Amino acid sequence: MVDHRGYPVGRDSKVGRYSVNLKSLISTISRGWLIAIAMASGLLVLAGYFFISPTLTGLRSFLLNLAVILTGFAVFIGIANLINAHSKKIRRKEKGSVYSIILIIFLVVTFVLGFVARFFPAVGGIFSGAFNYIQLPVEASLMGILAVTLIYAAIRLLRRRLNFLSILFLITALLVLFGSASLPFIGEVPGLSELVRLVISPVLATSGARGILLGVALGTIAMGLRVLFGADRPYGGK
Amino acid sequence: MTNTVLGLIGFGIFLISAVLLVVFSVWRRKSPPVFRDIPAFARMRQAVGRVVEDGTRLHISLGRGSLVTPQSASGLAGLILLRRLAELTSAGDQPPIATSGDAGIAILSQDTLQAASQVSAQGAYDPTLGRLTGLTPFSYAAGATTTIRDENISANVFMGNFGVEAALLIEAAERQNTFTLAGSDNITAQAIMYATSQEPLIGEELFAAGAYTDAGRLHVASLTMQDILRWSIIGVILLGAILKLAGIL
Repeated sequence: MVDHRGYPVGRDSKVGRYSVNLKSLISTISRGWLIAIAMASGLLVLAGYFFISPTLTGLRSFLLNLAVILTGFAVFIGIANLINAHSKKIRRKEKGSVYSIILIIFLVVTFVLGFVARFFPAVGGIFSGAFNYIQLPVEASLMGILAVTLIYAAIRLLRRRLNFLSILFLITALLVLFGSASLPFIGEVPGLSELVRLVISPVLATSGARGILLGVALGTIAMGLRVLFGADRPYGGK
Repeated sequence: MTNTVLGLIGFGIFLISAVLLVVFSVWRRKSPPVFRDIPAFARMRQAVGRVVEDGTRLHISLGRGSLVTPQSASGLAGLILLRRLAELTSAGDQPPIATSGDAGIAILSQDTLQAASQVSAQGAYDPTLGRLTGLTPFSYAAGATTTIRDENISANVFMGNFGVEAALLIEAAERQNTFTLAGSDNITAQAIMYATSQEPLIGEELFAAGAYTDAGRLHVASLTMQDILRWSIIGVILLGAILKLAGIL
């Protein structure tokens, strides 16, 4: 049962209300500190890039090193979270939970192998073998699937968005493909390789890409400023 | 040009941008701001509405841009959109799921979802909704693909730093007949997203997501700031070209 403000009513309502207010006050203060720390760290790192000063450069390196260490620990937290998500899937016997079991088993086995390899070099061969003969081929095969996926996507593009830009997109893709690959029995398509090498790649594609990158850079500046001003806070809750 | 001069130019751009942002955020417009029409965001709102009505789930893929690299900006833009979409779907049955390929972004996505859960009616916050699905590009894609397939997802938003693996992710979403909106700061990924996704975002459009989803006045101000800087850059490029043609430069 709650009152109109959402506070609990009844025997402990007063205590509940004060405890909520105290919690809210502590949360506000801690949030304020978090914002201040984030803004100060951001400005110091930025100043280290703009002004050549041993103190600022040292401070920038220190803060960046701290960030790198925290990122390293974040990997452990991320993996723990991954195990938690898959354990939940197994407990609930959800669809595909067999794969979750396989994932957890191989994650533990790889971790143990990597840990033991530090002390027993002979085990290091098995560890690197797991990477070279399982992980790498799987990723390479996904890369192979990519080519098929993109061909299919190109066909679907015309079905979904039949307009001038889509047609231009596909014609350019085909021109670049034909212009950069030798065709069987014909070799290079006369004139096309020159067109791709001298006009499409260095002039049209590069200038377009440069324009897009300038836009992305402006967006990045705006994003960075919003985080520095504390308007966008992807940290510390609210 | 020496490092000192480059540093001073960088500081000048930063200062001008900051001043413009502050001025436009405190300036009270007489009429509401008018934005360029980006149909992708309008369709995203419709898709979010369907997610709430259907009782299905929204998936946001935040890419694999590390927080200590310049590519983090697109991941942070994805987090801002995640927060906004989590709020928009708070009346639905199921909170959104966020996947990422960087541990730092994954932790921030959990934090964002936790903050959004405080204003939603979906019950207690579940930390497994912000997932790190893999640390290499393809393991990330493979891990996120199972989320797209198994979690009753009806709308997918890909917003962050991606590479060629974006094709696998979007293809998996297309196979489930779901809505797909995709944006990245990477040129290769943008080309792939244009061909594969239903609603691609080109260039800096991914950084405009906040302004188009009513995330606050500063987002609108930052769009105005970007436009002014863009016209300034166009002016400088044209002036440089004219001076070069005239033989002065």
